Amino acid sequence: MSAHVTSGIVRAKGLRHQLMRAVLFVVLGIFCIYYLIPLVVMISTSLKSLEEIRAGSLLSLPQEVNFDAWGKAWNSACVGVRCDGLEPYVWNSVLMTIPAVLISTLLGALNGYALTKWRFRGADVIFALILFGAFIPFQVVLLPMARTLGQLGLAGSVPGLILVHSVYGLAFTTLFFRNFFIGVSDGILQAAKVDGAGFFRIFFGIVLPMSLPAIVVTVIWQFTQIWNDFLFGVAFTVGDSNPVTVALNNLVNTSTGVKEYNVDMAAAIIAALPTLLVYVVAGAYFVRGLSAGAVKG
Amino acid sequence: MAAGIKLEKVQKFFGTNEVIRKIDLDIEPGEFVVLVGPSGCGKSTLLNLIAGLETLSAGHIQIGGVQVDDTPPRDRDIAMVFQSYALYPTKTVRHNITFGMQTRNIPKPEQESAVDEFARLLQIDQLLERKPGQLSGGQRQRVAMGRALVRKPAVFLFDEPLSNLDAKLRIEMRTEIKKLHQRLGKTVVYVTHDQIEAMTLATRIAVMDNGSIRQFADPATIYENPADLFVAGFMGSPPMNMVPGRLVVDEGLFVVPDQEPEGGLRFPIPAKAAARLAGDDGRKVVLGLRPETIFAAGTELPGPNRFVFEREVDVVEPTGPDTMIVFSVGSQDLIARVRPEDARPSGTRFRFEVDMGKAKIFDSETGRRL
Repeated sequence: MSAHVTSGIVRAKGLRHQLMRAVLFVVLGIFCIYYLIPLVVMISTSLKSLEEIRAGSLLSLPQEVNFDAWGKAWNSACVGVRCDGLEPYVWNSVLMTIPAVLISTLLGALNGYALTKWRFRGADVIFALILFGAFIPFQVVLLPMARTLGQLGLAGSVPGLILVHSVYGLAFTTLFFRNFFIGVSDGILQAAKVDGAGFFRIFFGIVLPMSLPAIVVTVIWQFTQIWNDFLFGVAFTVGDSNPVTVALNNLVNTSTGVKEYNVDMAAAIIAALPTLLVYVVAGAYFVRGLSAGAVKG
Repeated sequence: MAAGIKLEKVQKFFGTNEVIRKIDLDIEPGEFVVLVGPSGCGKSTLLNLIAGLETLSAGHIQIGGVQVDDTPPRDRDIAMVFQSYALYPTKTVRHNITFGMQTRNIPKPEQESAVDEFARLLQIDQLLERKPGQLSGGQRQRVAMGRALVRKPAVFLFDEPLSNLDAKLRIEMRTEIKKLHQRLGKTVVYVTHDQIEAMTLATRIAVMDNGSIRQFADPATIYENPADLFVAGFMGSPPMNMVPGRLVVDEGLFVVPDQEPEGGLRFPIPAKAAARLAGDDGRKVVLGLRPETIFAAGTELPGPNRFVFEREVDVVEPTGPDTMIVFSVGSQDLIARVRPEDARPSGTRFRFEVDMGKAKIFDSETGRRL
């Protein structure tokens, strides 16, 4: 709708304006190439054989495409002393990320709902304190958190990492949902109260289904943050319970003779794929959610 | 069953700001009471207090003879229609209507028959599987009403339900609401800032200003016998002409408008009212003249207390059925409502006739009717 409206605006004509547009697109094109080159290099290198890498240049495309490096990165490359590839660590990450994303998103939604629609004395102070959590550098909390996990008996385990990510995700998820719910008409809440619904019935029956766009944004954000996290992973897990980011680092740094750039590149792409996938899948829902849920107040 | 509503010394503070000032109100079962007033007068707050969506600061509320001060909205036997309709956007029309029954664990077949009954009544039976986003404003309004009706409550509360509709639809829905009330006979409390809505719908109108009720009476009384300047000025469109002046005794009682030159216009007060005010020579007053009581001289059958005068026409505003003529008296612009065929262009002299029997006189200090 809005794209249609703005595309009809009359533009200035003439050589000078066309020239300016050409310059604009050239500049944009340069930025685009600059942005994409690392990805292109990674993909093309991962598809080359080691000989070809040594012989050719960094930017040349593979002469013959082979997926050997991908297979090796997945299930036989050595991470430290264990040579099972990234597969077990990908599963670690999946087992960590999915519960952590679900828990932090659900709790963030509850927080945002309570802070905006069930106002209580001090709600703003509490929100400010929660928000403060978004600005704490995580290095600061490493030691106290390690001690806490030790006390809870969760040190060095995937459940421990789930707890850490759930807690530290709350600042952002609460912020996202609070900002979404503040735009939801109070009339809907009042109507639901007159209809006899209570706190949780209104939340699950009415408010949560309405917040699909906020859910999608939060899930993309949290998934990306938690999947890509390295600091907590390296600090709070050991060996077999490492998430894929830590395993990738160990794989690349494992020094056994020749440096296998193609395997490194394939492993890096494998580690990055899930966040891309979530963005593509959830992004489609995001756009649909925005237009389907658009009901004027 | 319709239930009465009784408010006793109801008070509401937001912080230190007193938005409802000790209101007493007694609504009979089956009445259609309209709370009307300018924005910020507290009418919506008062409605929310009755609904239980706001907590009383002091005072008591009874619904159907039961004190409900501490009763949550769900247990007050009320249903409410909101200005924004407040439909649940992710639910279909059917589930919007049944949501309240679901939370009350009413059996499925009963829910279905209730939906069928009211969907047909409101002509939304074709829309039951749609989402609110796919409905027009008028359809959403009907769904919101349906959601309230299926509750079969003792009291209906309406919070400016028509203000988001366009003018034509508003008039249609107004008539439908009145029909529904006549048919169901339930008590209705209806908030609006539109004085025409108030006049057309209400059995009694409560005119509110600044947290208090200025007058609570049937529409005819509110219009013909306003208690004070505020009520007189708020009700009626175009509004009542207010001519500030003073009382003068000179072989009868007259109102002389302020800043009217010596020997200029003075309005004679009919004998009946003059008798009451005889001792008030020189008192500052405001003379209230409704536009329809000023018309072209000689166009109506002669009656008592008619007063004819001549003025220049300043502005002519045709509205179709009537034409408004603006002229000035003293420093004041006045509006006369004349038949279109009697109108004259601006700048010409015009003979006006005013029915002084319908004139209202207010004390200019207190605003009270004299």
